Amino acid sequence: MKAVRTPTLAAVQLVFRRDMTLAWRRWDEVTQPLIFYVVVTTMFPLATTPDLSALREIGGGVVWVAALLASLLALEALFRADVEDGTTEQWVLSGQPLGYLLLAKVAAHWVLTGLPLVIMSPIVGTGLGLPTSVWGVLMLSLLLGTGTLSILGGIGAALTVGVRRGSVLLSLLVLPLAMPLLIFGARAVAMQMDGDSPVGPLQLLAAIFFLALSLGPLAMSAAIRISVEN
Amino acid sequence: MDLKDFFHMGGYAQYVWSAYGLSALVLLWNWWAARRSEAEALTAAKRRNELARERVT
Amino acid sequence: MWTWFHKLASPPHAYRILGLLAPWFGWASLALILLAAWWGLAKAPADYQQGDGFRILYVHAPSAWMSMFVYVVMAVAAGVGLVWRIKLAHAAAAACAPIGASFTFLALATGSIWGKPMWGTWWVWDARLTSELLLLFLYLGYMALRASFDDPQRADRASAVLALVGVINVPIIHYSVDWWTTLHQPASVTKFDKPSIQLAMLIPLFIMIAGYQLYFGWAVSRRLRGEILRRERNANWLKEAS
Repeated sequence: MKAVRTPTLAAVQLVFRRDMTLAWRRWDEVTQPLIFYVVVTTMFPLATTPDLSALREIGGGVVWVAALLASLLALEALFRADVEDGTTEQWVLSGQPLGYLLLAKVAAHWVLTGLPLVIMSPIVGTGLGLPTSVWGVLMLSLLLGTGTLSILGGIGAALTVGVRRGSVLLSLLVLPLAMPLLIFGARAVAMQMDGDSPVGPLQLLAAIFFLALSLGPLAMSAAIRISVEN
Repeated sequence: MDLKDFFHMGGYAQYVWSAYGLSALVLLWNWWAARRSEAEALTAAKRRNELARERVT
Repeated sequence: MWTWFHKLASPPHAYRILGLLAPWFGWASLALILLAAWWGLAKAPADYQQGDGFRILYVHAPSAWMSMFVYVVMAVAAGVGLVWRIKLAHAAAAACAPIGASFTFLALATGSIWGKPMWGTWWVWDARLTSELLLLFLYLGYMALRASFDDPQRADRASAVLALVGVINVPIIHYSVDWWTTLHQPASVTKFDKPSIQLAMLIPLFIMIAGYQLYFGWAVSRRLRGEILRRERNANWLKEAS
């Protein structure tokens, strides 16, 4: 009998659609990071001042920090369920390029977590006094930033699968690596607000994103193999 | 420079000496910790050997 | 030629050689560090801007240098262990981590102490100190990840992946922090950054760096021997040795 091999693209789409369907059934889990995002950004005015002109100075930074933290919150459980029920082992054994399957999973996670954060950012930013002129730069920088963070977080999640209190460890591992994203992203928003061109930091964000996109799956599959093969 | 100037460090004494002192402390701690790490592993290995030999005899 | 390399990767061999080398590293490093300290504190001329305060350079810069050097050594060792599956390389990476973290902490502390008389504050977000702080986080994350696994093999390999991801990130972090600080350049930074350096001032610096390097050699030899003993618990060579 001739062996049939599923084309990689079909396998990738399957993984993506599976995760989206599973998330649809647990809608509350998807909204939690979003609520966290709003709560954290509310904390800053309460902790400092209600004066919008003062908040505007650090507004871009606050939105970025809140987005990073909210994304990280959701990332810890990325691979947990699949490792526990043996799905990941099947992927490793399947003969499909593991990196692509994991990237599909990360992509689904980003659509469910990162993308809503990006869309919400103008609303949250308005609460911090950010003018409409920066909305575009804010969303674009967060688009690239949350995408990169999903990949970095995917590597971290793959390394820490099954570790007790893994979410704190995951944050400890991923946040230092995400500092450049924060620097360039928040700075781009501030530059746009000051009337300078934010193209420089945006290009750097894009470069980092593509670097993560190319090397990330490699690191993720190495990490998953290490976590699963023991 | 004479001994008085040496300790005085042009007015920066507290900073220079605390920096050098802290460096000495950290290096000493690492010296102690490295030796202890090796020594503990050695005694643990020796103990395991003795237990194994006792079981055989 | 490769037999020499393979022999080195064998634990009993490495254990023996490290034991022979360590005292040489240790005494040499002690001599050089003391020499550099005396030279830097007493013999080198004072800086015309910072006076005797600049002498902190002789413990700050070597620490900062070592913190980065050790991280690279750690990442290379971890990479070798991961790719060629050499346990000794993983053990070497594990041995490096606490030493590198100590140097990083020291660079931060001495940098902060140096900053107080020069800038008037105990901390300033300049490029070097901020980069050192992020490097400390990378070390701590590495050690935390190692500690979170009971299985030594998983600990070795997972932390190796982390170290490699970290080392790729280090240049990105350096560049981003550098860029971030140039946007708001405080005037006094230049005073801190470049004391007017003459050759007579550089000699104790190089001696101290050499001393610190040998110190690292000694410390990693000792720790690596401990790691070997811990990992080779059931090996025959260990049973027969003592």
